[in-house]
Amino acid sequence: MIVAERKPIDEIIGFVKNCKKILLVGCNECVTVCYAGGKKEVGVLASALKMAFMKEGKELEITEVTLERQCDHEYLEEIRNIIDQYEAVISLACGVGVQFLAEKYLTTPVFPGLNTSFMGVTEESGVWTERCQGCGQCILGQTAGICPISRCAKRILNGPCGGSTDGKCEINKELDCAWQLIIDRLKELGRLEDYEELIPIKDWSTERAGGPRKIVREDLKS
Amino acid sequence: MMVSFQKGADGVYVVGCLEGECHFLTGNLRARKRVEYAKKLLDEIGVGGERLEMYNIAASDGPRFAEVAREMHEKIKALGPNPIKGATLNKKAA
Repeated sequence: MIVAERKPIDEIIGFVKNCKKILLVGCNECVTVCYAGGKKEVGVLASALKMAFMKEGKELEITEVTLERQCDHEYLEEIRNIIDQYEAVISLACGVGVQFLAEKYLTTPVFPGLNTSFMGVTEESGVWTERCQGCGQCILGQTAGICPISRCAKRILNGPCGGSTDGKCEINKELDCAWQLIIDRLKELGRLEDYEELIPIKDWSTERAGGPRKIVREDLKS
Repeated sequence: MMVSFQKGADGVYVVGCLEGECHFLTGNLRARKRVEYAKKLLDEIGVGGERLEMYNIAASDGPRFAEVAREMHEKIKALGPNPIKGATLNKKAA
């Protein structure tokens, strides 16, 4: 899922400091799972913002809505009838949702309530780590399910590098060397001979470096 | 907790069972973490995290509950009213 965290509260206050009536929109998917932008977080933030304003002798009316997702038209349409009543919207969706909402409702300023970070997993309650960087050319089948693009600091395809020490990466002693993990896993799977097959030079054009991306399925277009 | 302060509470205290004696095993531990989070948030918005506290008291320990109630009362009295009320009152006066 996409992992994000709430922006510092004074930054959010700064966005709407001159407003009197705003809409606070949460998202029921990824940001709910990482406790950043779901219904509960919308409630807590609304309360915090109201109190911050009251402390200055000002009032801020906030309507709280949590949509199923903010990256699909049908869910964003649900606020079409009400959005014009508000001076601004704070979206607690990931960057994707904030943008889609802003594209849909051009006449209302939209502000992000979160800093969106990465695609990752919940390793344990309260700990999220990166796993995928969307390079567009998945080689997980050859690397025993461990990604060297997202988990190797140097993103090398035939590792480890000379800096790998005791299974840790040279940039940070707490970071596992992805290639050590790959080799260990291949050993456990009895597929160590796969390691001998060199992974060829990556075509980076499918990665972010190639520009904003698009996928089209003609068979699904209406 | 946040809504209590929003509605004008000057102080809030959360009471859970003694650690290790929670009927739900970890409910009181999780509550403490949430209280710590809310305290930080209250500090950030200027209401003051010291207005919110959590205590661990056995359900049958009436005297301790009374002691905590007194302690909290004194503490909040010393801190004064919730700052959000003050500002609104000042505005109305002006």
